[in-house]
Amino acid sequence: MLENFSFRTIVEYLPLFGQGLVTTVWLSVLSFAGALAVGIVLAAMNLQRGRLFRVPAKAYIDAVRATPLLAQLYFLYFGLPRLGFVLPELIVGILALSLNSGAYVAEIIRAGILSIPRGQVEAGVASGMTYVQRMRLVILPQAFKVTIPPLLGQAIVLVKDSALLSLISVAELTRAGQLLASDRFMPAEGFITIAAFYLLLYYGLKGLAALSGRWLGLAGART
Amino acid sequence: MIWQQLQSIAGSYPLALRGLGMTVVLSLISLVLGTLLGFGLGILRTGGNRLISSAIGAWVDLIRGTPFLVQIFLIFFILPELGIELDAFTAGIIALTNLAACFICEIVVAGIRSVPTGQVEAALASGLSRWQRMRQVVLPQAMRIVLPPLVGQYVLLIKDSSVVSAIGLTDLTRVGWLVVQRVPNGLLVFFLVGLGYFIVCYPLIMLARRLEQRMGAAHGEVQI
Repeated sequence: MLENFSFRTIVEYLPLFGQGLVTTVWLSVLSFAGALAVGIVLAAMNLQRGRLFRVPAKAYIDAVRATPLLAQLYFLYFGLPRLGFVLPELIVGILALSLNSGAYVAEIIRAGILSIPRGQVEAGVASGMTYVQRMRLVILPQAFKVTIPPLLGQAIVLVKDSALLSLISVAELTRAGQLLASDRFMPAEGFITIAAFYLLLYYGLKGLAALSGRWLGLAGART
Repeated sequence: MIWQQLQSIAGSYPLALRGLGMTVVLSLISLVLGTLLGFGLGILRTGGNRLISSAIGAWVDLIRGTPFLVQIFLIFFILPELGIELDAFTAGIIALTNLAACFICEIVVAGIRSVPTGQVEAALASGLSRWQRMRQVVLPQAMRIVLPPLVGQYVLLIKDSSVVSAIGLTDLTRVGWLVVQRVPNGLLVFFLVGLGYFIVCYPLIMLARRLEQRMGAAHGEVQI
């Protein structure tokens, strides 16, 4: 195989790979923004005393964590049209990634908020702050710091998960590899090239996670 | 209409059982192999030989940095070109085992590094051999750190096994995909598929949570 590994074909397909890479990047960015929104809402629900909000949030998080993303993706892809929502594959994919990652983001945010020592809250209460003031001025600024590295870890997971969208024929990076593999019968060229592109994104995000840990002055920052 | 669909879905239960069986078999085999290999790699990586250690580190990074779907495609389509004939099942097992081994390696390394050096020095001073040190002193203490994420990793492995449906293995996810072609009710079909995974994964998630709490409690005792 390796003796006729065709770099020329890879170069020829480079525009296609470039488009795939760009699509993967921006659909990941959109999905991550969606995941943050879903995660913040779920975490807020999960931290309430009352069961009315906490139970559904917990049930949602458990359901997402105990089932594969691919099954969730197919659930939306084959299920949404039945409810009357005929959406493009790309939108379904972004929706699935947001809803899936949102559950993990919720857990990260919750852990971050719970990591703030109780004394901080009590000090806030003793200073006569309201709930909103305590959240905004005491808890969230500190929680924000500890959540950044694990959130970047989740972003890495999300970028890799986005490869599954190729299975509902979204024209992202993995799909570009599949095209080269099937058009020219060159799976090695196709899949090794996209693996290299994914590694590029991985090391980029990993470096960012390490840097953010240093900037935020987290000694034992886990990524 | 719903009734007809339910009947039609119920009619395909032998297929569903086969799919569930495939998911369980795939997960179980690669779970056992991946754990063995992962512990081996983890021990080798902390073993002090810098060349071996960095080679393992580089491989783990390659696997952690690429999507599992791409790894499956690489194994399934490229190994045959290198003259290694393999069917989809073997390719799935290789891909899942490799993935599990790499993540478990990292977990084991973190566990081994959490054991205080004093323990190793004490073992050295007692004249224990390398193997004895590992088996009788380091690993038993490392297991406290290793166990909760290890169970969590098993959950990830079972979920990742759904991706092998992409190379045509008839696992639970693939069965859902086949059934939905005949019964056009994706919500119902994939709700049932999800339920199948949930029944297997949820107890494991609970177990991981309990182990974590128990370990946290044990940790607290030490600090007091």
